[in-house]
Amino acid sequence: MGTAVRTNAAPAWHRRRVRIYDREAPLGYLLLVPTLLVLGIFLLYPFLFGIWLSLTDSELGNLGNFIGLGNYRFEWSNTDGVFYTAVVNTFLYTGITTVFKLSLGLIMALLLNQAFPFRRFVRAALLLPYIIPTVLSYEAWRWMFDPTFSVVNWLLVNTHLAAYPGPNWLGVPFNAMAALMIVNVWRGTPFYAIAFLAGMQVIPLDLYEAARVDGATRWQQFTNITLPMLRPVLLVVLLLSTILTFADFQGPFVLTNGAPYNSTQLLSIWAYQWGIPGGAISLGAAISLVLFPLLTIVVAGVLFLLRRPE
Amino acid sequence: MAAVARLKVRKPGTGRIIGDKFVGRAIRIYIPLIILLVVTLFPFYWMAVTSFKSASELFDFSVSPLWVRQPTLEWYTHLFTQTNFPRWALNTAVVATVSTLISLFCSVLAGYSLARLRYRGADSIGWGIFVTYLVPPTLLFLPLTFVIRELHLFNNLWALILTYPTFLIPFCTWMLMGFFKGIPRELEEAALVDGATRIQAMVRIAIPLALPGILAAALFAFTLSWNEFLYALIFMNDSLVKTIPVGVTQELIHGDEFFWGELMAAALLGSVPVAVLYSFFVDYFVAGMTAGAVKG
Repeated sequence: MGTAVRTNAAPAWHRRRVRIYDREAPLGYLLLVPTLLVLGIFLLYPFLFGIWLSLTDSELGNLGNFIGLGNYRFEWSNTDGVFYTAVVNTFLYTGITTVFKLSLGLIMALLLNQAFPFRRFVRAALLLPYIIPTVLSYEAWRWMFDPTFSVVNWLLVNTHLAAYPGPNWLGVPFNAMAALMIVNVWRGTPFYAIAFLAGMQVIPLDLYEAARVDGATRWQQFTNITLPMLRPVLLVVLLLSTILTFADFQGPFVLTNGAPYNSTQLLSIWAYQWGIPGGAISLGAAISLVLFPLLTIVVAGVLFLLRRPE
Repeated sequence: MAAVARLKVRKPGTGRIIGDKFVGRAIRIYIPLIILLVVTLFPFYWMAVTSFKSASELFDFSVSPLWVRQPTLEWYTHLFTQTNFPRWALNTAVVATVSTLISLFCSVLAGYSLARLRYRGADSIGWGIFVTYLVPPTLLFLPLTFVIRELHLFNNLWALILTYPTFLIPFCTWMLMGFFKGIPRELEEAALVDGATRIQAMVRIAIPLALPGILAAALFAFTLSWNEFLYALIFMNDSLVKTIPVGVTQELIHGDEFFWGELMAAALLGSVPVAVLYSFFVDYFVAGMTAGAVKG
C-alpha cells in the first residue's frame, strides 16, 4: 500500500529499487519454510500438545480422558510437599547460582581484560567447563564428591580446612544442594565471563582516558563506565542463563537426581521422574508446565531489574 | 593534581594503569587468575588421573591421590573391548554431524531471509524464533515422546537428528542474522543491478561473506548436539543406539557399583573431540557465544 504510493512518486532509479523489494516477499517466506516446518512439528506442536496432555490422564501411547486440572491438584496436594520443595529449590538454585555466576564472571572478565602472558591460553582454559559435555564433567564431580573417597575432602582435610572425614557432600540435604550449586557455578561462570569480556572490549577506550584525566579511581571507572556500558550484554546473558538454569536437567540429574529424600528435587527432575520412569506422562507434563508461568515471572524480574533507569 | 594524573596515563589498552608495580599486579591479576585456573581445571585433571589408576590405587588415599604411581591402560582397554563405547562414539558423531547440517541449512536460509529481505511480518517471525530459543527442552520432552512414538522413531537415531534442530535452529538463526546484517547491503545491490537474481546474490555474495559466522554456528551446533542428554536419554533405550553421554551415565554404572576408572576414561574420551575442535577454533567460539549478547 505504502509501496504503491512511493512507486508513483519515485524517480526511475528508485522505482527499480522498490521493485526489487516487492519481489522479496515470496522468496523471504520460501526461505523460512524449512525452519518453520521443523520448529512447528517438533517445538510448537509438542508445546501445545503438552498443555492438553497435562489436562488428561494419558500414559505413553494411550491418550486418556480429559480430567481438567486434576494433575495440577494432585501435584499440589498429594505429594507430601515435594511440589513445594521442588519449586523452592528451583528458585533457590537459579537465584543463588546466578548471583555467584554474575559476580565471578565479572571478576573473570576483568582479569581477562588485562594484559598478561599466555592470555589466549588462559582464556581458552577458563572457558573449558562450558564446552565439555556437562554430563561427563558432572560425573567427574560426582566422583570428587564420593562419600568415602572424595578428593575434595582429602584436600580440605589435608589443608586443615575441615576435620576428618570432611562433609558428606551428596548424602546430606543441605550439602547436596550446595554441591549442586557449586558445580553449576563452576560450569556457568565462563559463559558470563566471555560475554562480559566481549562487552568490555567494545567500550571505547577514550571514556576511560577521559575519566583518568579527571582523576577517577579504578573503582569509579568500573562503576561509572564499565558497568553501565555492560548493561545490554548483561540483559541478554542474564535472560539466557536464568532460563537455562531454571530448567536445568542434566547436571542435577547426574549429581543428585533429587536425592537424598527429594531434598534436592527440582521441577525438571521431578517431571522426568513422574513422566518417564513413573509412567505418569500427563502428570509429568503438568509439573514441567508449572515451569512456564514461573519462568515468565523470572524473565519479567530480570527485565525489571535491568530496566533503563530514567 | 590533574596534570600528575595525565603524566601517569600510559598507552591505552595495555592494561597498565596508575600504580603499576609487579607486586600490585601479582595481587590484582596473577594470584586470582591462578586460583581461577586451578579450580576450573582441577576436575579435568582428576578425570585424567583417575582414568590411569589401577583398581587398588583408585581407593588408596593413604598417600597423595593426586598422582598416579603405576599408570595403567586397563580401563581404556576394557572400555573398548567390553562395552559399546565405540558404538556410542559413532552414534554421537553421526547424530551431531547430521543434525548440525540440517540446522545450518535451515538457519542459513532463515537467517538470510530475516536479516536481508523485506516483507510483512519479518520482524515478528524473527522475534518468534528468538522466543523459541527460550523454550527449554525440559518443557517439551514429555509431549515429544508421543510425537516420536507416532513416527515410530524410538531407538532410532533419526529421533535425535530431527529433535536436536529444535534448539539448534533458533540459536543458529539468531547468530547468523547478526552476521548477515554485518555484510554491506551495497554488495548485493550492485549484483542485483547487474542483473543477478536475488537467489544468485544470496548464494554467490552473502553466504560466502558470512562463512565465518556459519563456521561459528556449525561449531556451536556440533558441540551442543554432542553434549545433549535429555532427549537421548528418553528416546534411546537400546544400548547400540545410545550416545556417549547416555551410554556413559547409564551403562558404566552397575547398580550401586561405580567403576570410576572406566567412567573417567570414558568421560575423558567423550570430551576430547569437542575439546580439540574448540582449541582449534577458540576465536570462532567466542565470536559465536557473544554474537547474540553484544549485538542483541
